[in-house]
Amino acid sequence: MASGERASFKNPVVNWIDERLPVFTLMNKEYGVFPTPRNFNYFWNFGAIAMVMLVLMLVTGIVLAMHYTPHADHAFGSVERIMRDVNWGWMIRYLHMNGASFFFIAVYIHIFRGMYYGSYKKPRELLWIFGVLIFLLMMATAFMGYTLPWSQMGGWAATVITNLFSAIPLIGGPLVELLWGGFSVDNPTLNRFFALHYLLPFVIFAVVFLHVWALHITGSNNPLGIEPKGKQDTLPFHPYYTAKDTFGLSIFLILYLLVSFYAPNMFAHPDHFVEFNPMQTPPHIVPEWYFLPFYAILRAITFDIGIPFTEIVFIPAKLGGVIAMFGAVAMLFIMPWLDTHPVKSARFRPQYKLFLLLLVVDFLILGYVGMEPADAMLFGSIKLLYLGQLCTAYYFAYFIVILPWLSRTEKALPLPSSISEAVLNKHKAKPSPEAAA
Amino acid sequence: MSAQTTNSKTEDGETRRDFLYLTAGAFGAVGAGCFAWPFIDSLNPAADTLALATVEVNIAPIEPGQAITVVWQGKPVFIRHRTAEEIEEARSVDVATLRDKQTDEDRVEKPEWLVMVGICTHLGCVPLGQKTTQPKGDFGGWFCPCHGSHYDTAGRIRKGPAPKNLKVPPYKFTNDTTLLIG
Repeated sequence: MASGERASFKNPVVNWIDERLPVFTLMNKEYGVFPTPRNFNYFWNFGAIAMVMLVLMLVTGIVLAMHYTPHADHAFGSVERIMRDVNWGWMIRYLHMNGASFFFIAVYIHIFRGMYYGSYKKPRELLWIFGVLIFLLMMATAFMGYTLPWSQMGGWAATVITNLFSAIPLIGGPLVELLWGGFSVDNPTLNRFFALHYLLPFVIFAVVFLHVWALHITGSNNPLGIEPKGKQDTLPFHPYYTAKDTFGLSIFLILYLLVSFYAPNMFAHPDHFVEFNPMQTPPHIVPEWYFLPFYAILRAITFDIGIPFTEIVFIPAKLGGVIAMFGAVAMLFIMPWLDTHPVKSARFRPQYKLFLLLLVVDFLILGYVGMEPADAMLFGSIKLLYLGQLCTAYYFAYFIVILPWLSRTEKALPLPSSISEAVLNKHKAKPSPEAAA
Repeated sequence: MSAQTTNSKTEDGETRRDFLYLTAGAFGAVGAGCFAWPFIDSLNPAADTLALATVEVNIAPIEPGQAITVVWQGKPVFIRHRTAEEIEEARSVDVATLRDKQTDEDRVEKPEWLVMVGICTHLGCVPLGQKTTQPKGDFGGWFCPCHGSHYDTAGRIRKGPAPKNLKVPPYKFTNDTTLLIG
């Protein structure tokens, strides 16, 4: 980064700094003149939106930490104090609470964008893996944040999720005691969750840096999924995409603020407002909405895996559920090697597009199943569990069977020869001088 | 020292330097592990948490069919005074059909007193069924609302995702009406 051409700046102070530490040259290169495909659609806003949400979560979170007490006896009270007594505390907390939800909305759309337009494919595999890593770290951070108010929902979420690790053979029991620092979720657990909830966002920030660094090595993918061939295919990042990102971000922030101010508890549950009681599990506990599909996958494995008609069990149901849940995320990591089809964008892969949109529907149904009680019925007659199992089966089939199969068999539609040609052909009705050239 | 002695190769191309790399690496790894251990172990239950707590419970006021919950080591412990029918129901089950094979006799000291840690062996929720108004599941024992595990009148897993029967803590009757847990 230190080497290379330095840009020249009119402002002597900027120039003086840049000669000694070329941060302005770097910013100009990576965000000013950076060549970006000229055909982005609004799906390409969500990386920048997610970045802004991360910064918002850091700012609100650090202020909240100044008023919060991470002790089992005081945590719930200190959160209520933030809501009632601390100046603007209600606003900062609601922005933080709903900020998590909107961060996940942005990231889920960002991930879908990557899947639809094949952004995980060569040469962007590592870029994609950093992204999945960020998603995983976000899940850990959000989960620990959820427990901090020490409410019935938070405390029991901590109990259930930490107990997942007890499914691991041999070391499971001691491992869970290590996580808890005791024999149940209690003050030591709260303390370390708070420490980690404060630490992990900075780790996320570091991985985001790597994610963006890798992005600036390969350059962005685009809706056509073909690489830019020259200047005619790209635009400088500024002002074209700074403007487009700002517009998209504004719309997103308006929605976020509407929820934060007018329906701040839209994503919350009554059990968030009851202090944690380790003696009594609420009748119906659910994780935050962004975990629901994975929660449904966890609950879908209700059977032992072993040799049929014998007593031999290789994977008991509980361990199976845990493996399935973590496996669901692991699928994303290995996706670049499951889908080896040379065409990136789903625009030119009708079959891939169909199966991917089915996966989206499947994921939403899993979310619904995760939200309902474990013994819920569908239309009063069919067990919802079966629907969950069916959707779990499709989720894994999509990655393990359908992607490799399509990679071999799917015949893609003809690709345009370049981005500029495709963009200009779209406006053939009113020819421009460029198209004539 | 000549170059030959410091870097002399054996027949398969190994040098003394390879040996030094390996041993230095191994010592480094062990050292890092030793350094990391206190930090990892500090997360384990502390001495005050470990200080073995025992709980003494007066069970005289519990009528047959009633149950109480007491706290032991931060965990709920269920004590149920079982009725004759409940005992009969628990003992009439064919053990071979159970997921976690245990006879009712193995799980109690006195048949009328069932003492268990009230934590679902699936993911640690507290099952319902202690109060008369709560659902007791399909087998008249306990029902875990989190993920739908059903336990019978001996606290054995009968249906749902939990892998094990509800755990029986160490306990003894110090006299006819006093129970010592722990």
